[in-house]
Amino acid sequence: MKENMGKIKKSKNTLTKWYFFILVLLIYSSISVFSPDKIMPILHSFIQILIQIIPVFLIVYFILFLTNLYINNKILQKYMGEDAGIKGWIISIIAGIISMGSIYAWYPLLKDLQSKGVKNKFIVTFLYNRGIKLQWLPVLILYFGWVYSITLLIVMAILSVFQGIITEKLISLSNASSD
Amino acid sequence: MNLEKIKNSNKRAISAIVNILPITFGILLLISIITNITPGSFYKNLFTGNLLSDSLIGDILGSVFIGNPITGYIAGNELLKSGVSLVAVTAFLVAWVTVGVIQSPAEAKALGNKFAIFRNICAFFMAIIAALITVFIVEIY
Repeated sequence: MKENMGKIKKSKNTLTKWYFFILVLLIYSSISVFSPDKIMPILHSFIQILIQIIPVFLIVYFILFLTNLYINNKILQKYMGEDAGIKGWIISIIAGIISMGSIYAWYPLLKDLQSKGVKNKFIVTFLYNRGIKLQWLPVLILYFGWVYSITLLIVMAILSVFQGIITEKLISLSNASSD
Repeated sequence: MNLEKIKNSNKRAISAIVNILPITFGILLLISIITNITPGSFYKNLFTGNLLSDSLIGDILGSVFIGNPITGYIAGNELLKSGVSLVAVTAFLVAWVTVGVIQSPAEAKALGNKFAIFRNICAFFMAIIAALITVFIVEIY
């Protein structure tokens, strides 16, 4: 029964992922009816972007493969659970950068860490750094160049600490005013 | 090295890529549609060249859209090619990956309403700051 429910949920999630693509295909089909002269330029642009992306996916595959092979999420959980000053910041930043998978999968763990006394600032920093994905770095470099890409990632990692401090301060102030 | 672990890592890497393909293909096709049917003047009207208002618009667009970083990079590159400033594109890219309007209900449920609201508001403004600092540094180089 439980196994069946799991299968139903999985197939529902698989379908959901295709909804957006199907919607865009419908838009594309309606353009072919109302404005057929636009169809070939659109297809041409699509194929051009696709050709640029395919080799990048191969690089991304190898990075994902190595990350999955050598990084264990349980280790991250262990070190994220500490309020250790600079060490805590560094661990939150690194954990955010190397964390894998959907954010929805991380919420239960973050909730658990929060209930165990982990500071909100570290959780915020972790979430901010999830925006820095090393496996997608080749794509960023491909489009924007390495100087821009490296600068952006460093700026984001530094600002994540301020984001953590400010958000925690705002939550504390809000809690104090409502007490 | 454990063979089972290698197999699992391979399976997870392939699955991670396969999982994003539908949305990535959708975004690529949508970008192709938008770039071909939108007149160049649309972006010029939306992004006026004013540093702050352009970054704010980029920030708002990045906040409401959701997707994998790769799709954000592709969309950002197309905006850049349309003549949108690098500051606005950077605000768009940063907001895309750090502000989560769509997932905020799930975030609020897990970590609290105040956490989700303040984190997202702060990330929204931080995207503009990150954009200004990044472009300032890049221009020095």
